[in-house]
Amino acid sequence: MANPAGGPAAGARSFLQAVATVTEEAPSPLRVVQMEGLAVLKIIKHCEEFAPALVTGQLLGLDVGSVLEVTNCFPFPIREDDEEADADGANYQLEMMRCLREVNVDNNTVGWYQSCLLGSFQTVELIETFMNYQENIRRCVCIVYDPSRSNQGVLALKALKLTDSFMDLYRNNGLTGDKLREKKLSWVDIFEEIPIKVSNSALVSAFMTELEPESPVSQCDFDRLKLSTAPFMERNLEFLIGCMDDLSSEQNKFQYYYRNVSKQQSQQQAWLQKRRQENMARKAAGEEPLPEEDPSNPIFKPIPEPSRLEGYLVTNQISSYCNHINGYAFYSNFMPIPYSFSLGKELSDVEILVQLWIADAHILLGKLFFPKGLSQRCWSELQQAVLDEGLAGGLGD
Amino acid sequence: MAAAAEGSVLLFPSTSSASARVEAVVVFNICDSYVRRPDQAERVIGTLLGSVLPDGTVHVRNSYVVPHGESADQVALDIEYHHNMYASHHKVNPKEVIVGWFSTGFGISGGSTLIHDFYSREVQNPIHLTVDTGFTRGDASIKAYISSNLSLGDRHLAAQFQEIPLDLRMLEAGKVGYDILKSTIVEKLPNDLEGMESSMEKLYVLIDEIYKYVDDVVEGRVAPDNKIGRFIADTVASMPKLSPAAFDKLFSDRIQDNLALVYLSSITRTQISIAEKLNTAAQIL
Repeated sequence: MANPAGGPAAGARSFLQAVATVTEEAPSPLRVVQMEGLAVLKIIKHCEEFAPALVTGQLLGLDVGSVLEVTNCFPFPIREDDEEADADGANYQLEMMRCLREVNVDNNTVGWYQSCLLGSFQTVELIETFMNYQENIRRCVCIVYDPSRSNQGVLALKALKLTDSFMDLYRNNGLTGDKLREKKLSWVDIFEEIPIKVSNSALVSAFMTELEPESPVSQCDFDRLKLSTAPFMERNLEFLIGCMDDLSSEQNKFQYYYRNVSKQQSQQQAWLQKRRQENMARKAAGEEPLPEEDPSNPIFKPIPEPSRLEGYLVTNQISSYCNHINGYAFYSNFMPIPYSFSLGKELSDVEILVQLWIADAHILLGKLFFPKGLSQRCWSELQQAVLDEGLAGGLGD
Repeated sequence: MAAAAEGSVLLFPSTSSASARVEAVVVFNICDSYVRRPDQAERVIGTLLGSVLPDGTVHVRNSYVVPHGESADQVALDIEYHHNMYASHHKVNPKEVIVGWFSTGFGISGGSTLIHDFYSREVQNPIHLTVDTGFTRGDASIKAYISSNLSLGDRHLAAQFQEIPLDLRMLEAGKVGYDILKSTIVEKLPNDLEGMESSMEKLYVLIDEIYKYVDDVVEGRVAPDNKIGRFIADTVASMPKLSPAAFDKLFSDRIQDNLALVYLSSITRTQISIAEKLNTAAQIL
């Protein structure tokens, strides 16, 4: 700055430096997924057409700072389990990308989408796919669409990614009790949901406004006002019960593991004691003492600790079913629930105890209601028929 | 002359059964490809995929753009691209077949007949969809045509394009909610409760409207319309008459069921929290 002639050059250099430092900085965290209406519609079309089969597809778009734009997508054919089909699938993907590039579609993979059933997307496969994608693309998301929930009038789109801390642990096979405790990683911290924004080009928006006159009701209003919540609730409960079974078998695995570990330790102790006595005897006899460790002995082989991943995923699923049930019961009651549980990772133990006590009290009350049964109530069917017809006939016109 | 021709050799195929239905995703795709068209290109054209319903309606459910070059008197379509893309789409959904083609712009130009000829070789009776992306007439016009050849004896005279009725109700888009598709940016997807709230509000407005109409008719401010009257009567009659006590019982039963479920799910959550704490707690062996 002191030398005016050197000013511009210095300025340019500092600009270059500035650019260099910007690119070297850690990437800003992903805050929003901005989807084009076209991508939303294409995903929904593909998932709905093949429901209840689960389908996947690829998302195309751009990575702009903290916003990930999803501008287009294409579906994958339903996969068959042989190698030829795999090669075929890879060819299909390349061919599709090439074709779309030719017509100026964004040719940049930003993730994938998949359909799921009642929010049961938390699987080991999903995590594996994620790790595969993550190797090639720095920032990717998974869009999950739930056709079964969209029948309830909810736009069930979710953008997910794995948290960085979980990815680190997963890569280093660190899903053991010690490591998890060290990193304070709980099941809530596996997936991270990213808010979705929807954008449309001005042209599309003009067309839709022109073509769709303000109608008093639309399909999703009918879906939302349906009174037949029973099938949805029943299936949620069914899945919930299934998950509880899975969870308890996971728990059993751990109990078995811990039992084995403690058994092994007592065996080790016993062996050590025996060896020490032996050594004392040998010392008295003037012989060399034997080593106090024997790697060849099977009781010194560490027992592998089972992975916590399954348990965590099942817990995640349970939590999403609970959310469905709570959310759904909430608004099918049209009235506030007298109490609410604040499920969080930061619950203190005392809070949990208090809540458990409250829940126990309530479950006693709940048992009084239970004998009445949850389904097949004639009135609910009646009421549903009435409302469906009444609304569809009377208001649709 | 036209009358004479009609009397002798011209064949006018019956068009009673021909009509078309277009889903929102097709319109979105066409608009998007128009926005992304190559430099200096006037319009985009492409293939329409879908199926023919039993009643003869052509249901257009998917589409893709085909690159093309256009000069004053000729059109070059990238046929290889078209076939590759069709093969790819076919792999995903074999039920969707070629049903016609689309072009942006208003009306039909000379080049259109050539392209239509090409698509006629791919599929019988293709439809031609025009989407006026330039809003040349001041409104968003989407039109569907079918074509037939006008010939006099063996002599080909011209291709005749006939407009067919087009159903633009876009049922699938209704599921998403038009609010999301209409505006250029939506900051947040509506969640369960917000969606429910807006639906309830709409319902209230509708009920208020009916009330107002009935009151107006009763007080003689509006001329009664028998059709509407019957509609209202039917709607009300479709509700079974329940005594208030019975309804109360049904309603509270239902609420208790739901509450029981909420208790269950809440206790599950609490159990999970405990289980997690126990599972990752330091093991003292």
